[in-house]
Amino acid sequence: MTTPVLQVKDLRVHFFLDEGLVRAVDGVSFDVHPGQVVGIVGESGCGKSVTMKAILQIVEPPGRIVGGQILFQKDSAPAVDLTRLSPKSAELRAIRGAEIALIPQEPMAAFSPVHSVGEQVIEALRLHERQWRPSGPRLSRGEARSMTVDLFRSVGISMPDERVDAYSWQLSGGLRQRAMIAMALSCRPRLLIADEPTTAIDVTTQAQILNLLRDLQRRHGTAIVFITHDLGVIAQMARYVVVMYLGRVMEQGSVEQIFHAPKHPYTRALLKSIPSVNVAPRTLLPTIAGSIPHPLGRPRGCPFHPRCPDAIPGVCSERVPALRPVGPTQLASCFLYHRDEAVEP
Amino acid sequence: MSVLAPAVPVTAEDRVSVASNWQLVWWRFRKHRLALVSALVLLVLYVTVLCPDFFSTQDPEATEARLAFIPIQRLHVFDGLRPSPWVPDVAGKRNPTTLRMEWRVDESRKIPVRFFVTGYPYRLLGVVSTRIHLLGASADGRERLHLLGTDRLGRDQWSRLVHGTRTSMTIGLTAVTFSVILGVLLGGISGYYGGPADAVIQRLIELLQSLPTIPIWLALTAALPRDWSPQQVFFAITVILSLVGWTTLGREVRGRFLALREEDFVLAAELAGASQRRIIVRHMVPTFLSHIIATSTLAIPAMIINETSLSFLGLGIRPPAISWGVLLQEAQNIQTVALAPWLLVPGAVVILSVLAFNLVGDGLRDAADPYSQ
Amino acid sequence: MTRYVLKRLVLLPALLFLFSVTVFAIVQAPPGDFLTTYVATLASSGSSINAEQVDALRREYGLDRPVWVQYLKWMENLAKGNLGLSLEYQRPNAELIGERLVLTMVLALLSFVFTWIVAIPAGIYSAMHPRSVVDYLLTVLNYVGVATPNFMLALVLMWGAFAYFGMSVTGLFSPDFVEAPWSLARVLDLLEHVWLPAVVLGVAGTARLTRVMRANLLDELNKPYVTTARAKGLSEWRLVVRYPARLALNPLVSTIGWYLPALFSGSLIVATVMNLPNIGPLLLRALINQDMYLAGSILLIYCFLTIVGTLISDILLAWLDPRIRLEEG
Repeated sequence: MTTPVLQVKDLRVHFFLDEGLVRAVDGVSFDVHPGQVVGIVGESGCGKSVTMKAILQIVEPPGRIVGGQILFQKDSAPAVDLTRLSPKSAELRAIRGAEIALIPQEPMAAFSPVHSVGEQVIEALRLHERQWRPSGPRLSRGEARSMTVDLFRSVGISMPDERVDAYSWQLSGGLRQRAMIAMALSCRPRLLIADEPTTAIDVTTQAQILNLLRDLQRRHGTAIVFITHDLGVIAQMARYVVVMYLGRVMEQGSVEQIFHAPKHPYTRALLKSIPSVNVAPRTLLPTIAGSIPHPLGRPRGCPFHPRCPDAIPGVCSERVPALRPVGPTQLASCFLYHRDEAVEP
Repeated sequence: MSVLAPAVPVTAEDRVSVASNWQLVWWRFRKHRLALVSALVLLVLYVTVLCPDFFSTQDPEATEARLAFIPIQRLHVFDGLRPSPWVPDVAGKRNPTTLRMEWRVDESRKIPVRFFVTGYPYRLLGVVSTRIHLLGASADGRERLHLLGTDRLGRDQWSRLVHGTRTSMTIGLTAVTFSVILGVLLGGISGYYGGPADAVIQRLIELLQSLPTIPIWLALTAALPRDWSPQQVFFAITVILSLVGWTTLGREVRGRFLALREEDFVLAAELAGASQRRIIVRHMVPTFLSHIIATSTLAIPAMIINETSLSFLGLGIRPPAISWGVLLQEAQNIQTVALAPWLLVPGAVVILSVLAFNLVGDGLRDAADPYSQ
Repeated sequence: MTRYVLKRLVLLPALLFLFSVTVFAIVQAPPGDFLTTYVATLASSGSSINAEQVDALRREYGLDRPVWVQYLKWMENLAKGNLGLSLEYQRPNAELIGERLVLTMVLALLSFVFTWIVAIPAGIYSAMHPRSVVDYLLTVLNYVGVATPNFMLALVLMWGAFAYFGMSVTGLFSPDFVEAPWSLARVLDLLEHVWLPAVVLGVAGTARLTRVMRANLLDELNKPYVTTARAKGLSEWRLVVRYPARLALNPLVSTIGWYLPALFSGSLIVATVMNLPNIGPLLLRALINQDMYLAGSILLIYCFLTIVGTLISDILLAWLDPRIRLEEG
């Protein structure tokens, strides 16, 4: 087994609000291997975005990482625990953008409206120049610009030399996302974090972007952490899937196991709730009963138990199930499989 | 496929509570403690507006050259350990060179402060004739109570301040009210009906906004005839101040109406058969009413400062009418101020009231914005 | 956008014409005229003037003509570049105004520089460290600064300087330099005296600007592009200055155009209190004495500055924000 690029161990991120404590991420662990695509899937408020932000240490106050480790493997150097680095430290800033890059959710709002997209890519190149080009003369303006043009071309942006000077709001949704991908990949990071990259664009463009990402990933061997709520996208892109709910991992495993042999009731319910064209007409759309509780009103015990069809009375409402193996590479946190393995409160 | 039936019954949905928009605004406003305190301060100030004579200790216009420049007789609440308010007496000495009386505070002699004393006659709320005042020393006149000293004409500054508060705070409020009426009316017509009315009003707004405000105010107030009565001057000043001030609000209102006209909920109301008046009053205006109130509250301080500045220069409220600006006129001369620094106290009250208005306005604005924290 | 600017420029003379009529009407509005006040002043000071002399003066100054004739005479002179004669000072208005114009502009400029140099960094710091001790302190100062009328501040500072230090801080020059010709020493003397009025003038503006900058920046700091920049590895200070501060500044820079005429008019009251040879006190006297050509000319200058200032604001705003500049594409 190769060493994972990223190892998240028991990560906890809490938000200290005036109204109370929100445990946005409450004990999440997973590994990302080189060149692998890991998908994190879950409903709104499950903590997937916060997990992503924690990796880059860009969690906004009043949120804070309160426990766990995030081990990042830089080439042959020993793994560094990202949680131990101060968010403003130069070491962390060297990792951000150059080793771990972010593709944010809304490319329109994620680009500065008063700088051209090319300028912003060049800024990334310049910032980390010494990391992707340790020796040699400094990057000149012309060189930076032509590199950016090449980058744009490689992500499939037509007329790249014109588009370099465009502003983000002048480009279509698909082009914007491609420019964002170009910027993220500009310094050849080992790990890419894609935060719902296809949510803001239409379905056909979505397919193109996903193809692009897969293609780039194969070419450069970048590992990707793919965050989304769309199960279909996960099925296409990910090799390994992590299913989150209310800050905890419900189930994780290879994509085949999750989709063909889901063990956790939540995963099963999610999969069942995908509308299908193959059912008889006038069948009710399946739903998961109840609704997501308010973050301040988390239920006691297993977070899913109030909506779980298989909840065990007296057990699921009292203790929190621990994440334990339920198959060769599959893990689930459910008392159905491990009655005695609870998380210490 | 059937709906998944949970084994554990789902907890009941929270009962849906309904609070009106105003209740929500009030709840949010309550959380800003500073704004609440400021609102309280303003309330106190406006209570004195209702009946300044009750809170005065002497007739604000009574002059007595002999009593010029009496220093502040500081109010002490406790006499030793007993709660018994008193002020130190003042002793006067005639300066042999200038032949003027010079006063200083004599801490050894205490004058007890009494409540609900009989003083000079006045009409409560303009109706009831009475002589009762909140504070005072004895009525025989030998014991003087000058909580804020006197000016060069021997007039009691505390009483003048109380009366000045009435004028200044009322002007602020009425000028802004006029501005708001003008702004909402003209802005609304402009935004809702569009077309030629909009074009004309827009040009008017641009014209007015291109005028340099302070010089024009100066010019307009200088143009007021010297022989007008204080009431006429008061009214004229209010009108002048509001004539230029409505344009900002007018533009905002116009912008809002323009945007709201295209909103789907307006279309829905039209399709449901609501009359135009009903749409405007029941649907459109409530969306920005709280914003207007917040903006207006924030506009009052500017009016107060403007009136104070104008009166200070001698162009606004004119003596014998009293406003904060008129009071501060006495402090124009540096030598005078050095002699009698208490003449600057009205300035502190100006700052206090403006501060209070700003804090309340900010609190209102944050509370009224449905999207703020 | 050039079309828009050109349109405004073309309208400028028409606007000025309209204003000139308004301004003249306002100046002439009080009953009586310059001579009425003049005679009254003479009477109160003890001397007198007989009716014939008054009539002669009236004819000489053209005050016996109807108002619109006086207006036309003024316009005629203006077209020739002549601002008319001051009835009170008996000197050309251009001279009177010119003497004071330089000093007024120096004061306004210094005040402006002070304001922006202090307010922008303070606002940025406040927004980057919200609810810190420094932020609270600055917020308190800001609120009080906005609440204090500038003449009040001037009075208090002057009194303080006088009562505690025995200094007299009125005027723009020390007594030796008032009438002296320009020299390096005179300039230094001017700088020594002008900083206090400049600060007084600037305080309210600084307080307001800091608060607005802080509020704007706080809004921008929550936006996604800031997260992207941070995720790229930029340092906090650099990313704040390059992205959100830049965007937060845009609406503020557009107010620069209004700033200068506002400073001109704002300095009016402070100049009166502090006895500065500014255009402001000149205008005040002219208005009170109905020195109509002087008052009218000064008011017209103010109007002109305001219109130009607004135009500059709009141009700046469009130029700085490519979204507005390129919108007609």
